[in-house]
Amino acid sequence: MTALKLVDVHKSFGTSKIINGVSLEIPKGERHAIIGPNGAGKSTLFNLISGFYEVSRGYIELNGRGITGRPPHRINRRGLSRSFQVTNIFPKMTVFENIRCALFWPMGYRYSFWHMCDRLKNVNRKAEEILETINLADRRDIPAAMLAYAEQRELEIGITIAGDNTEVVLLDEPTAGMSLSETKRAVELIRSMTEGKTLIVVEHDMSVVFDLADRISVLVYGEIVATDSPENIRQNAEVQEAYLGKEIA
Amino acid sequence: MKRYLKQYGIWLAAAVACTILPLVFNSGFAISMLSQMGIAIIFALSYNMLLGHGGMLSFGHAVFYGLGGFLAMHAINWVGDGLPLPLEILPLLGGLFAVVCGLIFGWLSTDRAGTTFALISLGIGELIAASALMLPGFFGGEEGVSANRMVETTLTGFKFGRGIEVYYLIAAWMLICVALMYLLTKTPLGRVANAVRDNPERAAFIGYNARVVRTMQYTLSAFFAGIAGGLFAITYEIITAETVGAIPSGNVLMMTYIGGVGHFFGPIMGAVLVTMMQISLAGITHAWLLYFGLLFVGMILWAPNGLAGIIMMHEPVWKAGLMSRLLRAYGVIAIPTLVLFIGVMILIEINYHLSLSVNPDEPMSLFGMTFHAQSPVAWILSIVLIAVGFFFFRKAQQVVRDSWNEVTQLMKGGA
Repeated sequence: MTALKLVDVHKSFGTSKIINGVSLEIPKGERHAIIGPNGAGKSTLFNLISGFYEVSRGYIELNGRGITGRPPHRINRRGLSRSFQVTNIFPKMTVFENIRCALFWPMGYRYSFWHMCDRLKNVNRKAEEILETINLADRRDIPAAMLAYAEQRELEIGITIAGDNTEVVLLDEPTAGMSLSETKRAVELIRSMTEGKTLIVVEHDMSVVFDLADRISVLVYGEIVATDSPENIRQNAEVQEAYLGKEIA
Repeated sequence: MKRYLKQYGIWLAAAVACTILPLVFNSGFAISMLSQMGIAIIFALSYNMLLGHGGMLSFGHAVFYGLGGFLAMHAINWVGDGLPLPLEILPLLGGLFAVVCGLIFGWLSTDRAGTTFALISLGIGELIAASALMLPGFFGGEEGVSANRMVETTLTGFKFGRGIEVYYLIAAWMLICVALMYLLTKTPLGRVANAVRDNPERAAFIGYNARVVRTMQYTLSAFFAGIAGGLFAITYEIITAETVGAIPSGNVLMMTYIGGVGHFFGPIMGAVLVTMMQISLAGITHAWLLYFGLLFVGMILWAPNGLAGIIMMHEPVWKAGLMSRLLRAYGVIAIPTLVLFIGVMILIEINYHLSLSVNPDEPMSLFGMTFHAQSPVAWILSIVLIAVGFFFFRKAQQVVRDSWNEVTQLMKGGA
């Protein structure tokens, strides 16, 4: 069963072509990493998949249903969730409220103005559970903007994966800017929280990529030059040349 | 029992205060002022649903206040002509009419927040104000619409001939509206409105269409503004096209901002203070708008979180029991501030007297003293007061800063 399918996806801004015919099939439950040099179009690809940008040509399917041209909130309601390269949370709201807001839609409270949040026991219990999982339970009531950087990244992962309906998770450089120990913790967190879900991750840290991914795609100048298992990618000559040569000795 | 008292105590106290206030301040002037405050509180809180909770800076919120008011005014006339509705619920009709308008204008203007929303709100405000004169059937043309609120059908048995009866009607509606608006902040929509305010992009990836969230918040806000307008109609029995215009729109913005957008109770304080200033200052000095403007500019520059922000800033100090240290410093700065203010005031008043009064040569009076505005003594005195006041104000600022630092240190040490 295919979770996400891209067929000949193109994106250009004016005359500059950023994505040049990307085709990709990611089966359900796979942890898939996208790597590539700076400016290869990795974040653009995420923005296309999540509906943040409109596709110039080609189409995208989520769980067998077309999502091309849909607005982000509709794609999200179909079970795709994402994080951002630059930390993207609700800075003025408390940590708990950040998580809770991510639960209203998937738990069916949507635009309700007739329920009292504090009485929604199921939502609150779930939010507390997620806070425990992301190790922020003791930061529950402080504004998210006051968290340390690594904690904010963890909070964003929590927001991204909060809803039970989330089947496909896109993480854009989740460990960027983290120390070694923080990265280790974040990888464990991602591994446990995406259990049974499909994960697509853009990452620069090769140890994270080879540690986490079932398969890897290499994106160079808007085209996928290889999609394979971590071992084969490591040995692939084209990849070596395009990208890895300098980093993996 | 104790738990309930803690939860509902403040509402009970507010209800008691609303009941007692007009018995203590029982002059016609005071009751009219209290009535106006009640209306302003609903209006300002409804405005803060947009600005504070939803991140939408509107320059045309009076559209809903005015439209609600006009519809309620017509409704009073319909009731007078035999429509079997009690007068007490007519503000609700104003609110419902505002909901219909809010849905339309809300959907049109909320695709983006920020500058786009602000400019569209300005446009809608102008549009309605302009159409007011083109649609005399609804807006009554130049002279507006009037009605007689003393109708046959009432729920309470009040005849509404006396101001105090109207006041109690306003107070009841105000308590209901304040409670409802407070509860709305506690609902999923209320929280998600905050989320959309903080980060609409992220809100899309937790499933929300920012435009729908904003439109709903906008419409609910219009509902309460419409109720406030309905109460206006009952209170004054006449409403003109000015009510939908830019002046009340600007007024409610200033009330909300002076009170503070960051806390629920901020706009309540802003509404009370500004209404009080408008009514009482206007009777004391012609220059009241200037003082009001100075207050507004001052708040924006030095206390952008408003009165509520100033109060909440002191909450941790109060809890730590260190308030007395700050109060001493505030006492020190109060004296030069007062001197400075009196100096500025004399200068403003003599200038106003010279340029705006019918006969500038006539003596003017200030603080019970009568003097000529041209006399050099007044000018020299005011300039000396300003100079001395400013000098010591700067000195006292350091005292305040020092004691704040001291208090902050002590609180850190305690924690």
